[in-house]
Amino acid sequence: MKVLVPVKRVIDYNVKARVKADQTGVDLANVKMSMNPFCEIAVEEAVRLKEKGAATEVVAVSVGPTQAQETLRTALAMGADRAILIQTDQDLEPLAVAKVLKAVIAEEGPQVVLMGKQAIDGDNNATGQMLAALLDWPQAAFASEVVIEGGKAKVTREVDGGLQTLNVDLPAVVTADLRLNEPRYASLPNIMKAKKKPLDVKELGSLGVDTAPRLKVVKVTEPPKRSAGIKVETAADLVSNLKTAGVL
Amino acid sequence: MDFNLTEDQRAIEDAARAFAQAELAPNSARWDEDKHFPVDVVRKAAELGFAGLYVREDVGGSALSRLDASIVFEQLSYGDVSVAAFISIHNMASWMIDRFGSEELRRRYLPRLTSMELIASYCLTEPGSGSDAVAMKTTARRDGDQYVLNGTKAFISGAGTSDLYVVMARTGGEGAKGVSAFVVEKDMPGISFGAQERKMGWNAQPTAQVNFDDCRVPEANRIGNEGEGFKFAMAGLDGGRINIASCSLGGAGLALDTAKAYLETRKQFGQALKEFQGLQWRLADMATELDAARLMVRRAAHALDTKNPKATQYCAMAKRFATDAGFEVANQALQLHGGYGYLRDYPLERIVRDLRVHQILEGTNEIMRVITARELFRA
Repeated sequence: MKVLVPVKRVIDYNVKARVKADQTGVDLANVKMSMNPFCEIAVEEAVRLKEKGAATEVVAVSVGPTQAQETLRTALAMGADRAILIQTDQDLEPLAVAKVLKAVIAEEGPQVVLMGKQAIDGDNNATGQMLAALLDWPQAAFASEVVIEGGKAKVTREVDGGLQTLNVDLPAVVTADLRLNEPRYASLPNIMKAKKKPLDVKELGSLGVDTAPRLKVVKVTEPPKRSAGIKVETAADLVSNLKTAGVL
Repeated sequence: MDFNLTEDQRAIEDAARAFAQAELAPNSARWDEDKHFPVDVVRKAAELGFAGLYVREDVGGSALSRLDASIVFEQLSYGDVSVAAFISIHNMASWMIDRFGSEELRRRYLPRLTSMELIASYCLTEPGSGSDAVAMKTTARRDGDQYVLNGTKAFISGAGTSDLYVVMARTGGEGAKGVSAFVVEKDMPGISFGAQERKMGWNAQPTAQVNFDDCRVPEANRIGNEGEGFKFAMAGLDGGRINIASCSLGGAGLALDTAKAYLETRKQFGQALKEFQGLQWRLADMATELDAARLMVRRAAHALDTKNPKATQYCAMAKRFATDAGFEVANQALQLHGGYGYLRDYPLERIVRDLRVHQILEGTNEIMRVITARELFRA
């Protein structure tokens, strides 16, 4: 069974994001970039499926600029077998990424697409769901546990009221939530070995997919600065203030 | 000449940084306070290949260069100087076995050293011979297919905890050519350990004397030939100096970043400290010294990797400069914090205490000048 893991190169979660002066987006010049944390969890889960014998091959794929090769090398160092970069300098919307992934899937024929539930840059939380719809495959989003057996995936999902368990037929799209696993650190020998694993680079244009933007970003602004709070004299004041604010 | 790290080196740096930030940094204050040596965490570091950085791959090493190792130690020590320095000593001792030991010795110990199932210490200094290491008195008398060791080694990092001790002892007459190197196991009869030293810093690792009292060591545990031990010990120290200097870079890097953040947030006289030009200049000088130190360390590491004939001199110069600069940067960072810098709630006083010893060990900075001058006059 082949598992395809889409991974995204995003601004590092430790970096304090700054908005560009012209309000067109986040300033990425000289900013540390790394693999989206939810994608890391997806890679880890795919590698564990392979280690358990449930998967035979783990293929990482990224859609992005040349530098996304480094993100793919991280996936390879964690244990993915090979990688594909669909190269583009365009900043693609979730639907476009889903279409690109669909084209990759047509070629690769994976039984499971295991991906992060969202990327921490745009926080769209849409690509996995859109991909399942385009493929007309079952989807199980926000997985906190994944068991593959008998041509099905048993996926535990974190929902508002607690945990929900789904049985989905394969092939399927599964998206990873935070508590699915704790990703391993890539070891130094595996980082060196990752260099020798195959990484194919294809131009986005070669896939013949319509990736034209459908959304227009009007402006990007910093969240409002926290303003000073108020002091209350008594507990009763506190309660009545909270009631006024609609919290209680 | 390209001053940028390669893609591999950036990946290695990221891996070391991620480990240090998650596993070391959050605990370093507590380990210092409790004088706790986190064996479990150093073994976790070993799983990632940090215990045999420049040991060959056939025995589980990572087979990296000295420059790569320097990058790793800088990142690890940004998380915890004391633990990073200990891992560097384990690397140095393991490398001596890998580089100079017999095939049998390599196979017997290195697979367990690279996983840190076994932890190694380096034993050169004695109570009466520090800078004048060649005056050592510990003897190894041959008796059939064994050696009988007698003497005391002092200031041994890991003493009492480590499983293996790479020991320099005298098998022949006086001088460097009378010294041989041995691998001594912790439970060989006749080895014992002194009380734990009470230290200014480096508290997250044990330090004590190691005593040999008719300690019998099989001939097979000798590293290389009789009389080569001092040469091996010095070769180990060339790299050891790069490692310790790299650990100064990491500790000083944390001090600098902490001071920068403090200048940005602390206000006095109605403005942030960073608005005061006197403090700006201080921070700029700290950053400059640290960068110069880093360049020297990396050049020296590269010289070792490329077997540059001046490597010993570069290592000595880089060790002297980087450990002095590292301590000074940390001390200045403490000063910039005022009274808060003196409190254990901030990392500065710990970094100062930890980095102070780097000016003393792996050859004092005075000995570094002796080596540098000797190499200058040799040319």
